[in-house]
Amino acid sequence: MVWKKHDYEDIPGSYVFDGKIAHSAYAMNKLFYSFNDESCREEFNADPAAYCDKFGLTDEQKALVVKQDFLGVLRSGANIYYMAKFAIPRGVSVQDAGAAFQGITGDEFREKLLEKREGLEERLKKEGGYWNG
Amino acid sequence: MAEIIGGITTSHIPAVGNAISDGLTQEHYWKRFFDGYQPVHQWLEEKKPDLIIVVYNDHGLNFFLDKVPTFAIGCADAYQNADEGWGLKPTAPFDGDAEFSWHVAESLINQEFDMCTCQEMLVDHGFVNPMRVLFGDHEVWPIKAIPLAVNTVQHPLPSARRCYKLGQALKVAIDSYPEDMKVVIAGTGGMSHQLQGERAGMINVDYDLECIESIINDPDWFADQSTDHIMEQAGTEGIETIMWMVMRGALGEKVNCLHKHYHAPISNTGAGVLLLEGGA
Repeated sequence: MVWKKHDYEDIPGSYVFDGKIAHSAYAMNKLFYSFNDESCREEFNADPAAYCDKFGLTDEQKALVVKQDFLGVLRSGANIYYMAKFAIPRGVSVQDAGAAFQGITGDEFREKLLEKREGLEERLKKEGGYWNG
Repeated sequence: MAEIIGGITTSHIPAVGNAISDGLTQEHYWKRFFDGYQPVHQWLEEKKPDLIIVVYNDHGLNFFLDKVPTFAIGCADAYQNADEGWGLKPTAPFDGDAEFSWHVAESLINQEFDMCTCQEMLVDHGFVNPMRVLFGDHEVWPIKAIPLAVNTVQHPLPSARRCYKLGQALKVAIDSYPEDMKVVIAGTGGMSHQLQGERAGMINVDYDLECIESIINDPDWFADQSTDHIMEQAGTEGIETIMWMVMRGALGEKVNCLHKHYHAPISNTGAGVLLLEGGA
């Protein structure tokens, strides 16, 4: 019984959601998936710890979910799209979660992204053929 | 006979739908992105296609991780949007075309693409936002629509080459449908972005532009790239751009590019809009 190693594990600063992670974090992702249903969101909100037990989370994962530690939840195998169902209604965007990995604020993260726009139109003009208004 | 009259690429990210709902499309942040669809709107208005196949990935609305089909096609009369956990109001349902879908599924399976056929299929933002950005909001949508879902969420994923070949098989399937019908294929998602990990927020403009040129003129360049290489260059979620290859494969060997547009950043992503017609 061994998880085969993949080359993508060497991509720096990246977590590829594969069978190994999906297997170990199955219960937690299933809990987040249940949030598609409003009645499940309400049931969770009424007693988060009991809801985690219902889905069979490990003690460690349960602690992260109850604390709403979104970064911890991602590090322990939550898929980003499933985590979003937990975080977004609590005012934490996917960008905020990305920022947390780098220890910066969501606003700082968005500023860094905006730098990508600098010089873009000139670059595309040089490239040729791009629509530009 | 049915005919593929063109292919479109578009982003499908949630923020696009939110910007439409909140009336922000002409705000500075969004204007250049949304204005880049104008030539596509004109083309759709002029050509009036009957049906659109939207190639997208489900993000945990219709499919949970218990069953993850590599390729799935809607085979229903209609498709519903639903709450993805954020409490947003669902859009009006989309009319499909079950007879057409079953023909396409049968043809694809005969061509050794073992599709998952779905008689019920909830469509999430990956499908809905392309429809909204291409056609606007409607209580009754002006075009029939069919969801074709590609797994880009849980590895192992299909390769770019496999997506390209699926598109080629899709062309055979559509060209052999006996009803006169104008069909458009939308490849959605991408371009470079990474949502999680210390590298979150990366956008690779150079690579995105290389991918755009390849998808127009030299699809083998992109088709030859491994999933690992694409993730390294475009980010773990940037792998979504492989879905453009389904659209590209369906257009035949050569294409005429009627419109190309690129913008960054849109939320975390580089965003590309292409309008292509099959060429000689």
